[in-house]
Amino acid sequence: MKRGYIVIDQSLCKGCGLCVEVCPHQLIDFSDKLNIRGYFPAEFKGGEGNPEGCTGCTLCGIVCPEVAIEVYRG
Amino acid sequence: MGKKVLMSGNHALGEAAVRAGCRCYFGYPITPQNELTEYMAKRLNEIGGIFLQAESELAAINMVIGASMAGARVMTSSSSPGISLKQEGISYLCGMELPAVIVNMTRGGPGLGNIAPAQSDYFQATRGGGHGDYRTIVLAPSSVQEIVNLTILAFDLADRYRIPTLILGDGMLGQMMEPVEFPDFTPLSDLPPKDWALRGAEGRPSRVIKSLLLDPPTEEEHNWKLARKHDIIASHEVRYETFWLEDAKMAVVSFGTAARIAKGAVKRVREQGLKVGLFRPITLWPFPAKELRELSKRIGYFLVFELNAGQMVEDVKLALEGRGEVSFYGRPGGVVVTPMEMSRVIASRYYQKRLS
Amino acid sequence: MDFKRVFGRPRSLKRAAFHYCPGCGHSIIHRLIAEVIDEMGMQGRTIGVPPAGCAVLAYNYLDVDMGEAPHGRGAAVATGLKRILPDRLIFTYQGDGDIAAIGTAETVHAANRGEKITTIFVNNGVYGMTGGQMAPTTILGQETTTTPGGRSDSRDGFPLKLSEMVALSPGVAYVVRTAVTGPKRIMETKRAIRRAFEIQMEGLGFTLVEVLSPCPTNLKLRPPEAWRWVEEKVTQFFPLGVIKDVKRGISPC
Repeated sequence: MKRGYIVIDQSLCKGCGLCVEVCPHQLIDFSDKLNIRGYFPAEFKGGEGNPEGCTGCTLCGIVCPEVAIEVYRG
Repeated sequence: MGKKVLMSGNHALGEAAVRAGCRCYFGYPITPQNELTEYMAKRLNEIGGIFLQAESELAAINMVIGASMAGARVMTSSSSPGISLKQEGISYLCGMELPAVIVNMTRGGPGLGNIAPAQSDYFQATRGGGHGDYRTIVLAPSSVQEIVNLTILAFDLADRYRIPTLILGDGMLGQMMEPVEFPDFTPLSDLPPKDWALRGAEGRPSRVIKSLLLDPPTEEEHNWKLARKHDIIASHEVRYETFWLEDAKMAVVSFGTAARIAKGAVKRVREQGLKVGLFRPITLWPFPAKELRELSKRIGYFLVFELNAGQMVEDVKLALEGRGEVSFYGRPGGVVVTPMEMSRVIASRYYQKRLS
Repeated sequence: MDFKRVFGRPRSLKRAAFHYCPGCGHSIIHRLIAEVIDEMGMQGRTIGVPPAGCAVLAYNYLDVDMGEAPHGRGAAVATGLKRILPDRLIFTYQGDGDIAAIGTAETVHAANRGEKITTIFVNNGVYGMTGGQMAPTTILGQETTTTPGGRSDSRDGFPLKLSEMVALSPGVAYVVRTAVTGPKRIMETKRAIRRAFEIQMEGLGFTLVEVLSPCPTNLKLRPPEAWRWVEEKVTQFFPLGVIKDVKRGISPC
């Protein structure tokens, strides 16, 4: 079973919600803290560097218009 | 070099362009310059250049933009209404500081007009019919040999200053046949290199050629940069010709075909003892304003003769800054006066003003 | 456990924050173009022509030589570039107004001449940059600032199927309509761009990739809802799929 994690650059995120929509494991949600652009950015629920439940499928990265997501897989 | 051939203006212009290193032409048929388009088709096909008949004059000027971006010596030609279509593209070429040669064989206008020769595009050429603060160099030949010389000069000036250069001819110049001599071919390897061109960013950072400058102070500085360039051109590239002005009491001011006619007319009145001379601007932009102003220190009367309803006369008045008297004789719509008729006009004005 | 980065910013995409609205399709398409250019190793031999429109600033993002064209004239400028530089990859990136309103003549004729260029046609059904006016591809019933009550064919004419029109010419080698409204669609778009660029470099003719893209701002929908609008409504007027592919013998006529 592939395990993965993602790193979201929250300063680039515009809160469009597309990654939240596509994650097959519902591991992304909106943060409740505004980012520097005035949006509620996406937040990886597993915490940074923590591969819990994430399979590194890259669907979030593929749909992110801001190229704000890096995906790691092991 | 050295061999004279009999050629029409349109054809001679095409041959001169090729000799100057132009291997790329985009055009669209319009009378009275079709012979130039056809000549480029034949000649570029012979030597392996790029000829494309575009779907409109508008498309053609945009192809010129692309080819110029890639660093080529490129030309397009048209006549009055087609040049109107190119104005957007000319503004863009200037904003992006791209070289190109644009030929206008003026016809009667406005609107569809007619196909007879006229000089009614002086404003369009020198005031920039497009939008924004810009200038283009404008060269006005008055003989087929001069068409050859100025075409070659046009490519050099365009490259040297990164500015579009207009050759302002008319239907008569394009059609008439005179003996011409061509210089040797400029070897393509001798052409000045263009280190700003777009050729793919291999081995260097990528670059952008654009005219969009959203930040007003940046756009302002760009406009002043262009203005400084124009000042340099104005101080180095003014060209004009004079005849019989040393003891003249009256100067006829004309360009292009009108100057050809005026020369014959002035010669006639000189034979009758009238002290008249001819001042012929060759660069309509930069206009020889300083030289005209100098002239007004000893000549008090200027007769501006053009084949239009009064365009260059405004630049003459601006140049003289109120010195001397300026009168105008014009024939718009494609009517071409003969030297004989013109000589009567000159004489009549001369005597009315008691210039003897 | 050894983790490897499997997704990130492609090399040909500059490190810059996009000015596009949240959920806009433009930057996804920019990223796909950059990925394809990287995979083909063409960064140093590509020249792009951006449009007038929201993507006028594409040169701030794509790290290749780029030359700005007047609105709509991209196909003519690209013709000039490709004729002088036949071995470079030349592409235009144009919106629906740029290509199918003001630029229709230049597009149709470049295609008809079989110019070996690729046009990326971003169809979001509206004029975004200027505030949401009708585009040639606005669908019937769609509300815009210049179609009060929704586009009506009697008043505003029909949505224009430029890709189908262009595909009729023998000079055209590949025409495909894709979308970026979902991960599967995005990968299809990437494959289409790759195929178009390859066919260009093979010298087979004009290639066109029309990409249905969401404009959440002017649709007044959240990005996931804008995706659904495109998938459910827009594709009824602009069906997805390969319209022409000379290498596979697919042709509309």
